[in-house]
Amino acid sequence: MKKYLDVACVALMCGFVFTGCTKKDPPETTDPTGNGSVKIEFTNKVGSSKLSMNDTWYVNDHGDSFKVSKFNYYISNVKLIKTAGTYTENESYHLIQQEKASSLAFDLADVPYGKYTGITMTIGVDSLRNVSGAQTGALDPANGMFWTWSTGYIMLKLEGTSPKSPSGSISFHAGGYAGANATQRTVTLSFPAEITVAKDGVNHVHVEADVLKLFKSPNQYDFANTYNISTAGAAAKGFADNYANMLSVTYAGL
Amino acid sequence: MKKVTVLIVVAVLSCMVWLEGCKKDQIDPRSWRPVSFEVPKGWPQPAYTFANNPLTFDGFELGRKLFYDMRLSRDNTVSCGSCHQQVASFAHFDHDISHGIENRLGTRNSPMLANMAWNTSFFWDGGVNHLESQPIAPIQNHLEMDMTMPEVIDRLNADADYRSRFKKVFGIDTANSQRVFRSMAQFMAAMVSSNSKYDKYAANPGAGYFSEQEVRGLTLFRQHCASCHKEPLFSDFSFRNNGLLPKPGVNDSGRAHITGLAEDRYKFKVPSLRNIAVTRPYMHDGRVATLADVVEHYRSGVAAMATTDALVAGGVVMTENEKRDIISFLETLTDSTFITNPLFAEPAK
Repeated sequence: MKKYLDVACVALMCGFVFTGCTKKDPPETTDPTGNGSVKIEFTNKVGSSKLSMNDTWYVNDHGDSFKVSKFNYYISNVKLIKTAGTYTENESYHLIQQEKASSLAFDLADVPYGKYTGITMTIGVDSLRNVSGAQTGALDPANGMFWTWSTGYIMLKLEGTSPKSPSGSISFHAGGYAGANATQRTVTLSFPAEITVAKDGVNHVHVEADVLKLFKSPNQYDFANTYNISTAGAAAKGFADNYANMLSVTYAGL
Repeated sequence: MKKVTVLIVVAVLSCMVWLEGCKKDQIDPRSWRPVSFEVPKGWPQPAYTFANNPLTFDGFELGRKLFYDMRLSRDNTVSCGSCHQQVASFAHFDHDISHGIENRLGTRNSPMLANMAWNTSFFWDGGVNHLESQPIAPIQNHLEMDMTMPEVIDRLNADADYRSRFKKVFGIDTANSQRVFRSMAQFMAAMVSSNSKYDKYAANPGAGYFSEQEVRGLTLFRQHCASCHKEPLFSDFSFRNNGLLPKPGVNDSGRAHITGLAEDRYKFKVPSLRNIAVTRPYMHDGRVATLADVVEHYRSGVAAMATTDALVAGGVVMTENEKRDIISFLETLTDSTFITNPLFAEPAK
């Protein structure tokens, strides 16, 4: 093993030498191969209004009034679609929490210069990270988006109240990462207009999540009957089929 | 024989140090300590491989301190070691079910902890899928330690000794849940029990380690029990209904609680039988007091349910003498070096 490391060390040193040699060559202003930054910004909405928690009554597709007290979801494995190829964010796990303004946006910092036409992302967490032991950052189970008794992430969580609910409250926790009832959903959305990542300027992508879509289609929710989901299974799967439709991109550009 | 010793860890670490500083001979002397993980001869490869979490003495020691620390419970009265006692091979000695904080009672028997690295799932219902994801369950369970991970992290970060230990193990002097769970996984995975009389016999059957009765017991065991309690770990880690009727008022559905499937109702994980003579009482809810009662259950007590396992349905035919032979064999699974090893004991305060 040590021999390999010797070789590796020498190779690394050579790498440094080469880097030193090539540095002076290309003038930076004309370099077409650098990386730029793209800011992804989330806005949670209820229909056409911005989501306001705890103080505003909304009405679902079935006609049931409800208030929202918590709305959290994972966005993972973010990719930008290029005219040719894709950019894939490294270690791409983000927890969007309505109650925490700083969680509503994140930067893709190392996007290669070029033209991009859309975005792919997963609502939830891929199955691999659900079976890989202790995680950190957005995936830290201390964030409260993790089932301890039946290992796995809560992909999306919405809590609130509704007079239609027999318990007075509504609580939808979607989890389950394997098999037919998996609840992670990958969506691809086109930008309204192509963006160009280049040396100057930061592109912004506005993503909206519509809470009404959670209760609408393909499964319309009557809160008198469906007001609590807290385990993996067919109900959580149906809920995931609904939230697969919740995202849209409303703007992309400088 | 595959041997993953701390020496390899030391070699890797020392190479890393050398690469970083481009200097040789910088070996951290703390790492030359007697903790190792070995796959015993003839055993399968473990499920837990220390990937991203190399075993070190300091990591093991930090995990041990956490395992025995009552501050992991909300009111500082319960540690992992409260219900997992070394004398009972880390089961809860003489308790059918365990009491959490404020004497809150759960519904299941504390399983013994040995050879955890080979387990493919954890808890009687197998709800937890990874050794590092196991500790958070009892820590946050309302009936057990009733704690939150953010509060655990705050308590640990307020303690200078913990901070210096995290620094030693992870290079940073603060706790987070990943570092807590990885150090605890180092401690738990290193708890290997492979030194029973049975192991000596299996390695050298002609050397006279077993009495005639124990040999007869092993033969009967292989005939009647070993399909599920598979050697050398004495479990196949599957979920089965062994014919115990659900307790009225508890009605624990077992594996079905996790899968939601009717076909999994009343199935529980097949427990390892290593150290079985010291882990009483038995079964998922501790309802069976003695080894003799356990064997008798399989002879005469298996209830017919929709999901009762075909291998035990109708009971296993055996004579009183055969029953005694099986029990004498089961007693050879006790590994006294494991249950007295000071490395696994509660550290001195």
